[in-house]
Amino acid sequence: MKRLPLLLLSGLAVAAVAACPGKKPETTPLPQGPNADSAAEAERLRADSAARAEREAREREEAERRRQQAIADSLAAIGKTTDAVKTMLATMIHFDYDKAIIRGGDAAVLDQKVAILQANPGLRIRISGHCDERGSDEYNLALGNRRATAAKQYLVSHGIDGSRIETVSYGEERPLDPGHNEEAWSKNRRDEVDILAGGDALKQP
Amino acid sequence: MTRALGLAALSLAVMPAVRASAQDSSAVDRGVRIGILYRPGVRPGIVVLTGRVPALDSLRTIMARDIDYSDRFELITLPGSDSIRLATPVPTAGSRPAAGTGSGKAGGGAASAGGLNYPLYQALGADFAVALTSAAADTAVVTVHDVAAGAVRRELRARLPALTDAGFRMAVHRLSDRVLEATLGAPGIAATRVLFVMDGKVYVIDQDGADRRLVSSTDHAALSPAWAVDGRRFSYMEFWQGHGRLFVQDVATGKRSPVATTGQALDFTPAFSPDGKTLAFSRAIEEGTDVYTVNVKDGCCLQRLTVGRFYDNLSPTYSPDGQRIAFVSTRAGLPQIYVMAADGTDQQLFAPFDYGATGSSNAPEWSPDGQAVAFHRDVAGTLQVFVLDVRTRAVRQLTSVGRNEDPTWAPDSRHMAFVSDRSGYRQLWIIDLETGRIRPLLQQSGARLPAWSPRLPETAPSTP
Repeated sequence: MKRLPLLLLSGLAVAAVAACPGKKPETTPLPQGPNADSAAEAERLRADSAARAEREAREREEAERRRQQAIADSLAAIGKTTDAVKTMLATMIHFDYDKAIIRGGDAAVLDQKVAILQANPGLRIRISGHCDERGSDEYNLALGNRRATAAKQYLVSHGIDGSRIETVSYGEERPLDPGHNEEAWSKNRRDEVDILAGGDALKQP
Repeated sequence: MTRALGLAALSLAVMPAVRASAQDSSAVDRGVRIGILYRPGVRPGIVVLTGRVPALDSLRTIMARDIDYSDRFELITLPGSDSIRLATPVPTAGSRPAAGTGSGKAGGGAASAGGLNYPLYQALGADFAVALTSAAADTAVVTVHDVAAGAVRRELRARLPALTDAGFRMAVHRLSDRVLEATLGAPGIAATRVLFVMDGKVYVIDQDGADRRLVSSTDHAALSPAWAVDGRRFSYMEFWQGHGRLFVQDVATGKRSPVATTGQALDFTPAFSPDGKTLAFSRAIEEGTDVYTVNVKDGCCLQRLTVGRFYDNLSPTYSPDGQRIAFVSTRAGLPQIYVMAADGTDQQLFAPFDYGATGSSNAPEWSPDGQAVAFHRDVAGTLQVFVLDVRTRAVRQLTSVGRNEDPTWAPDSRHMAFVSDRSGYRQLWIIDLETGRIRPLLQQSGARLPAWSPRLPETAPSTP
């Protein structure tokens, strides 16, 4: 918008200069000397303004390109942020055998989720509780439920609306690590967090 | 006569060794018999005679195995059929008079009519002899001889489907159960099946390990199959978007329907009441897991039986009279076995435990005779099968080799199927509580959560 008056001005100048020589010789024949000077001057002006118009057009294109780039960059930045937030949100918490108590170290992980949920009011999540294969198959469904609920209670006690969090349990049915040793078991005793809604553009807390 | 005697003597000489090996092969050489006093020799001996009709060979094989798997007899294996047959005084006319003795009459002349050399079989240690003959193409005649009495005890007739028919094996199993009834007056378990879960699907297998079939498979992982007491329906749970939905499936038609009021939360471990009208189950919600019941006949009337805000109650199992429900509760910390009236009142500890010492106890199943509850308990970091005596409340450990879990009773209340990794991987096994004999039911890894059927009805039309 700012460039519009300039553009109009130069356009008018070109039009005025072009119109003068065509009309004047017919009506009043003027002396050669000064007229030759002014014609050359007009020619010079014309060339100048054409160059200027061309340059300005180039600048406009460049600006537009930069503007598009800026939009793309900021979109990419948002996407990167969203991905980063999603990764943070997906960080699992783990449990001791046959326990559903949040470990001290995992409180920080949950605090991060509290911050993410606070920064993104449209976000809804599902926490799923999982167990290792050592316990009873069916009891593990109840235990996984306790584990998911424990994480939810932590988030709710830190100010998150409970209606934004769904809990489910898969017991020992979905192990991350199919191994039969403590290394695998400790990985499998976990809560996972999935996004149910509002996860398209997430703000960094 | 001399020749016959000579052959009889020969077979007698061979017999003791054969008998001993047959007995051993039951468990000892597999190294899996555990924890129970084994009393060889006190069981009656039985011999299933070789027939002359090749068409009956499969029948004989299935029946001999059924009788063996009943664990109520010493099954006597004949060394060579020819020698025994030649030892029989009336070899060719044997079947016809037997078929003509009428049903179930232990007549005085049966010894000669049956055509059996009773003294010989008695010498072999047989108390009973079972002879198979065919009256018509589709009818099998089973003559049960009481060897000690020297008479025919009972003659059983059954129409059998063609060998290729899907119902053939089950028809033979029913005949085997009638042999058990005729000999010992005891109900058998041959005509039963076991449901189980593998790879998220529900399968069924005959108790003798034959005829494994897929009965339910969807995109949703299934768990916890459970029979209705009439053997015509079963229930199980499927995961639906994190929720647990219960289904009741008709055995005959394969048609299934979702159980009303389930599927909005995590509903699992269904258990039919003995009258088949009510389904008890566990429901996990945010405040914990509790036992509920729903009327499956009318699809209504959800009831909550337990209220454990700070602990879980799950895995209900009805007593056979329908009056009580045993279940798991974590009210004392670790899960243990409790009992309550079927309406949820009078909740109390069922299987005693030492606080702080006894491990978690889970997966209770009330025996069909009402006298015991089987469950598994954590012992030194692995699971073992236990049995609670309902009257005395005494608990005894049944297994000790490997990890053993999820016991399920056979309808005779003396056999049990369970999951064990004793062979190196988790598979289904069957144990006889009387003899301690153990046999694999399915030698395939990943099978779990078995549920033994009641005695299956003759025909299984769809329930109205």
